[in-house]
Amino acid sequence: MRAPKLSDDQLQEMYHALRLSRAFEERLSLLHRQGKILGGIYSGIGQEAITVGSAYGLRREDFISPLHRDLGALLVKGVPPGVLMAQVFGKRDGLSRGKDSYLHSGDTSLGVYGNTSMLGSNLPVACGLAYGFKLRSQDHVVVAYFGEGAANYGDVHEAMNFAAIQRLGIVFVCENNLYAYSTPFEKAFAIPEVSVRAQAYGFPGVDVYGNDLLRVYAATQRAIARARAGEGPTLIECKTFRWHGHSEHDKASYRTEEELLEWKARDPIPQFERYLTEKRLLNDASRDEMTARVEREIDEAVAFAESSPWPEGPEALEDIYAP
Amino acid sequence: MPPEAGRSTDEVTYLEAIRQALWEEMERDEAVFCLGEDIGAYGGAFQITKGFVERFGEARTLDTPISESCIVGVATGAALIGFRPVAEMQFGDFIACGFDQVVNQAATLRYRYGGRQTVPIVIRCPCGAGVHGGLYHSQQPEAWFVHRPGLKVVAPATPYDAKGLLKAAIRDDNPVLYFEHKGLYRRIKGPVGDAETVVPLGVADIKRPGDALTVVTYGAMVHPCLEAAARLADAESVEAEVLDLRTLAPLDREAILTSVRKTSKVAIVHEASRTCGVGAEVAAFVAEEAFEDLDGPIVRVTTPDVHLAPFSPPLEEYVLPNTEKIFAALRKLAAY
Ligand SMILES: Cc1ncc(C[n+]2csc(CCOP(=O)(O)OP(=O)(O)O)c2C)c(N)n1
Repeated sequence: MRAPKLSDDQLQEMYHALRLSRAFEERLSLLHRQGKILGGIYSGIGQEAITVGSAYGLRREDFISPLHRDLGALLVKGVPPGVLMAQVFGKRDGLSRGKDSYLHSGDTSLGVYGNTSMLGSNLPVACGLAYGFKLRSQDHVVVAYFGEGAANYGDVHEAMNFAAIQRLGIVFVCENNLYAYSTPFEKAFAIPEVSVRAQAYGFPGVDVYGNDLLRVYAATQRAIARARAGEGPTLIECKTFRWHGHSEHDKASYRTEEELLEWKARDPIPQFERYLTEKRLLNDASRDEMTARVEREIDEAVAFAESSPWPEGPEALEDIYAP
Repeated sequence: MPPEAGRSTDEVTYLEAIRQALWEEMERDEAVFCLGEDIGAYGGAFQITKGFVERFGEARTLDTPISESCIVGVATGAALIGFRPVAEMQFGDFIACGFDQVVNQAATLRYRYGGRQTVPIVIRCPCGAGVHGGLYHSQQPEAWFVHRPGLKVVAPATPYDAKGLLKAAIRDDNPVLYFEHKGLYRRIKGPVGDAETVVPLGVADIKRPGDALTVVTYGAMVHPCLEAAARLADAESVEAEVLDLRTLAPLDREAILTSVRKTSKVAIVHEASRTCGVGAEVAAFVAEEAFEDLDGPIVRVTTPDVHLAPFSPPLEEYVLPNTEKIFAALRKLAAY
């Protein structure tokens, strides 16, 4: 199965998503340094090719189940940047209306299941979404994300086995950025690749270079087609690297400078820009235009978040139970 | 085979009442489906879902692998897109293996979605001691969940309540933990309501009216409390009121207050171990709200802080509350 061919417009759209995601997270870092936002920020800078490439082209009814570095996937799925920013700020116009931070919320009408901090525990819920689609004979798919660190949490095993037995329409995307907080891959795995585990469940596991947007897109599209056809899940492991520390106050002294520089040289954005330039879809002027456009969008998002009211204290007691 | 269903005057077992509720709700609403271990062709460890596969098919009577986390998570995910799943823990003890999914995923969902989402799932937990199940087939873990906002917790004592509360739980838009007591399955018989009889969540029930003291209890302990109250009436002409909480979260605080203000004395009886059990909350609440109305100490009869339940019959009998122990406590309190 080959991935559907992308039109020029689609390529431009993906480029926009890539740049918007990067700009959004850069702004979050800045706001964090300025002390303007509370709580943890878990930057996915360096990993955007995975979140954008895998979430791009999903239907509205399809679901994503993102983890902490997958802000790009939420943007691609259509969560408005202003709403996301208000969420980060803890304001009333955020998805949580101030109840929780960052990516811990979602919007079922957009097909977004926001996770909790219990890493990997999103996967059983993602299976439930996929099982619901199966019960209704709908061919919607679920793209569920997790880090290689989370791969060792027991729920991941339970979910993959269940998905395999039920041949669910689900794509497991493992973002292997080589470190789980400070723990390097070798200290957490006695196998060379996470993707080999798929064999044990009885579905395909593929290993993809995660900094190449088009390769991630192609691999995900093949898995999505398989899922829609009722042939069951796929595990896609995407090798990548996060540029920032685990969270913004982590200096990441557990890894070497060379390692970081090596991976920065593999920045997914210039790589995609070279491709667009070759296709004559990008030049210096349009690149600058894009820079200005995403900056404007982020400014608007920040302005929206700043002007959004704080929730009032007693609202803390609302939304615990459905009426 | 459909349940031995229903005129409301028929006496059925507690187990049959649960079966009827599930069957009727699955008939009524396509969105309801069951999942759990061995619940399909086998009919479940206790045969609650016997015959369901034939009627509702394998997809709605889903046999799962031994993956409690996954069972709860799948229920939660399906609920997000409009289903109303009923998950079965083969034994309530194993809810611990799916604890994270209950308390961190399902319970928090509505809150972290700022009220824009409902999570209509039911988790059935066959629980309770007195059946020589040993440490891992006897637990009463309801207090773990009562402490977690976002969850509702029910514990029926009679077939009527078992059926009506399960129906209400399935129709409720929140995650509900349903603690059905194994010891009552075949031992207790009674009338049940028809297909539309629901017992509202959050409403306690006076199982025996009285004016001398209040016994607050729930689940299997309702029965020895009733026996003890009857004995007390016979022996001392003291009328104890037995208040069956039925729902532990949200607690029917009004009903507790009303009864305690009427009788001025309160004993709390439960099978779960003592410290931080549901009785601790009831006691604290009564002390806060009705101190002036009390004519005696707040008394608790519970299992002491041991694991539920030690295996050998003498050990199990030693720790569990029973009619004798409850009677003794009530008599002492009445005389205070
Ligand atoms: C179940 C669980 N255990 C521990 C943590 C604390 N924790 C948060 S992120 C993290 C590392 C995650 O690594 P990985 O899954 O590889 O994702 P990455 O952060 O590298 O993207 C840890 C240990 C957690 N959130 N959840």
